[in-house]
Amino acid sequence: MSDLTQLGIAAIRDGVANGEFKAVEVAEAFNANVAAASSALNAFIVETPELAVQAAQAVDADRAAGKALGSMAGVPIGMKDLFCTNGTQTTAASQMLEGFTPTYESTVSANLWAAGAGMLGKLNLDQFAMGSSNETSYFGNVISPWKLDDGKDRAPGGSSGGSSAAISARLCPAATGTDTGGSIRQPAAFTGITGIKPTYGRCSRWGVVAFASSLDQAGPMAHDVRDCAIMLGAMAGYDPKDSTSLNLSVPNWEAALNSDLRGKKVGVPREYRMDGTDADILESWDRGIEWLKDAGAEIVEISLPHTKYALPAYYIIAPAEASSNLARYDGVRYGLRDLPDGAGLQDMYAATRAAGFGPEVKRRIMIGTYVLSAGFYDAYYTQAQKVRTLIARDFAEAFTQCDVILAPTTPTAAFPLGENSEDPLAMYLNDVFAVPASLAGLPAMSVPCGLNKDGLPLGLQIIGNQLDEQGVLNAGLAIEERAGFVAQPKKWW
Amino acid sequence: MTESTYRVHGATGEWEVVIGLEVHAQISTQSKLFSGASTEFGAEPNTQVSLIDAAMPGMLPVPNRECMRQAVRTGMALGAEINKYSRFDRKNYFYADLPQGYQISQLYHPIVGEGEIEVTLDEKDPNSPTKKIGVERIHVEQDAGKLMHDQHPTMSYVDLNRCGVALMEIVSKPDMRSPAEAGAYVKKLRSILRYVGSCDGNMEQGSMRADVNVSVRKPGEEFGTRTETKNVNSIRFLMQVVEIEARRQVDLIEDGGEVVQETRLFDPNKMETRSMRSKEDAHDYRYFPDPDLLPVILDDAFLDECRASLPELPDAKRARYENELGLSAYNAAVLTAEAETAAWFEDMMAAGADAKAASNWLMSELFGALNKMGKGLDESPVSAAQAAELLGLIKDGTISGKIAKDVFEIMLETGDGATKIVEDRGLKQESDTGAIEAEIVKIVEANQDKVAEYKSGKDRLLGFFVGQTMKAMQGKANPQVVNELLKKYLS
Repeated sequence: MSDLTQLGIAAIRDGVANGEFKAVEVAEAFNANVAAASSALNAFIVETPELAVQAAQAVDADRAAGKALGSMAGVPIGMKDLFCTNGTQTTAASQMLEGFTPTYESTVSANLWAAGAGMLGKLNLDQFAMGSSNETSYFGNVISPWKLDDGKDRAPGGSSGGSSAAISARLCPAATGTDTGGSIRQPAAFTGITGIKPTYGRCSRWGVVAFASSLDQAGPMAHDVRDCAIMLGAMAGYDPKDSTSLNLSVPNWEAALNSDLRGKKVGVPREYRMDGTDADILESWDRGIEWLKDAGAEIVEISLPHTKYALPAYYIIAPAEASSNLARYDGVRYGLRDLPDGAGLQDMYAATRAAGFGPEVKRRIMIGTYVLSAGFYDAYYTQAQKVRTLIARDFAEAFTQCDVILAPTTPTAAFPLGENSEDPLAMYLNDVFAVPASLAGLPAMSVPCGLNKDGLPLGLQIIGNQLDEQGVLNAGLAIEERAGFVAQPKKWW
Repeated sequence: MTESTYRVHGATGEWEVVIGLEVHAQISTQSKLFSGASTEFGAEPNTQVSLIDAAMPGMLPVPNRECMRQAVRTGMALGAEINKYSRFDRKNYFYADLPQGYQISQLYHPIVGEGEIEVTLDEKDPNSPTKKIGVERIHVEQDAGKLMHDQHPTMSYVDLNRCGVALMEIVSKPDMRSPAEAGAYVKKLRSILRYVGSCDGNMEQGSMRADVNVSVRKPGEEFGTRTETKNVNSIRFLMQVVEIEARRQVDLIEDGGEVVQETRLFDPNKMETRSMRSKEDAHDYRYFPDPDLLPVILDDAFLDECRASLPELPDAKRARYENELGLSAYNAAVLTAEAETAAWFEDMMAAGADAKAASNWLMSELFGALNKMGKGLDESPVSAAQAAELLGLIKDGTISGKIAKDVFEIMLETGDGATKIVEDRGLKQESDTGAIEAEIVKIVEANQDKVAEYKSGKDRLLGFFVGQTMKAMQGKANPQVVNELLKKYLS
């Protein structure tokens, strides 16, 4: 049975469909892995083994009855605890929402259940998706399954760190993530898995606890490119309940996968060769360039001149939106309420928000409030929006010269927990390569490309033009085939 | 444009008052601006609240197309510039009746730009001066919920039913100079909104309310510092606020004080305005474009449809009533002031009534009767078609104007049609010359002395004979026929 947890989405789906094994067997195998790892990795906030089994039973029954099966039939997944799930606690890893059980289901999770997936549980994350190491969760750090001989606990990346750790440790074959400024790609790179953030608007944000609305985008995290293509197809789609949702049909990305890149041009942005980037990372990037050449692509050097302004602009726009989006957590209607004796309304807000939000969330609310304040709005927010426009223009210009862009996902491999937690700026630098594509709303993915000298996974990032998820997936597949990445963390938990 | 002569008399001379209004008008739609929850008035607290209105985690707003359409139609009715590009912004502040922690409004790019309204200061006076009041903009925004502080000794309750209801904020220019002008402006604005159907204008139910900006200055000088009195919900109060606030400001300045820019509340019981919050502790609202919403882009087809759907507006209607129907300026003004009255009048004409007769009858008979009953036109027990039928009976000579008054009384009581009443009660006017002649003969016989006097030149005795004849005919004789026959007989 234990080998079932080595399988990814496509293998499980096909195995269930062909009758090689039952969906329930798959669910139980993963449930067992989740239970065995829960205290050591802390990847789950809530475990829902019964929901995984129920969904699997429904799939097995459908198969027995000869009914058509969905694209995710029999695949148990982890759900980032930023997605509201009807009847299951949804916390965004905050004390503010501890015990909050929605009466509604996010569109993305509903789409996945409709495609036959089941839920293993709600995955830990950085609080309100703010963080790059999973150290800001109210429910404690997620520990990466990747350990070196130094024995130090390493960051699984963030904010989708519960997702990346769980997939990497074979607690689930796939999981949802959300990416605001790299929160799918960076943890995927840190843990040796694959994750794609689609074009902004591909996946509905309805029912996803908001961090920064103009950037937030859900996407799949899984073992390989094919699994990401399948799961993204199940998640995406127009949703009239989200005004920013794209009213477009969802292509069959899996069916069109093709790693033959002859005739394609791959752009290599000169500005991404930044000071402070690991030699290992730069080496992996060079290897990636060779692999894509080998796949038939022509490599062109491109320029994205406003890259150095992306991170500062991001850390104005995202907190500005967050400060507003998180205003609803006021202690009035749901979630935590801290009402000191004799307190008035303002005191209740202050006490509730002081108690319910962690330091990183407070930091960003303060930054956001400051940059939106009347005296500083133009100096910060308006300027940042202009930078955002310039960055989008850089990419638009670049895509007149190439089909996809190849870059590192992160400037370093996974760092030990605690290493950057006292230095927010150092922490923010983790997303330096991821943020530009987020600001431009472009599809981007991270694919594992090998281990560094120490034995930690590294990822390569492919950024595509608007709506060109296929181009991204195909280039990702070409890298995946050549990288032959099969490393797994040693099971120590 | 007529200059207002309204002045506040102070110890140092005369002061002029400068008024600008922000009118909040609830858009007449079934559902809220960004959710499908109902907007019906008077429901039990918190029964009309969607997950979006309650700002549950992960909820997103989706704009209601009809709200935007009504704002555009309203703008067009004010001859205002319609902005093909508009955008929703968030206005961030904390309050328990504002679940999101921000109000979605349009600060930077409103849907409607500049327009103007022509107001008549006294609609009853055909020679009343008119004045054009500028409209700065109309933007669309969400209403907030309601806090109830009087239900529990230590707690306040929250009702979110109104939360998210669509409002148009119609911002005037500081063009008004007297309480009368401010009152006339709101009256005219309300009339236009009702014509357009974008707001029911019901101030008692809160579907229309005004924030009143008032400042004073010596005539011709720069604008003074203004105060804003919030949520005034009747035209009478509005005019009182202007008067009271202007007086207060003049007294304050003349006593050596200074007007501070602040938000005030009106207390109609004490007839005073009170400070609510000053500028020093005013919120820094922190506006920015709502990232959950795309800009609103209007295309020509949509604008054409909006324009085509507009009804004839009060000013055009009034001109037509005067010029084409030959009504007096006063009648035309009264009949067109409210869409409902004009519609009633036009229904009467559609049912065959003559315009002049219908307008006179409406304004004297029907309004008088409704007034006595304390009812509105919408509650009239007599329909426009029934009224037209009654006027038809007068016109074709079936009944006299005097009998018509009696018939109308009976119609009001019974709801029966005029023809039925006239037939059932035998009120039909007698035009049969034979029957009338027979009575005349009797009367002439019995009053030979008066006949002699008449013949000797006492013409006014004709009235006596008419009266006698009518009495003998029990009022049912056609007075014209009686007149003619008598003249013939007595000569």
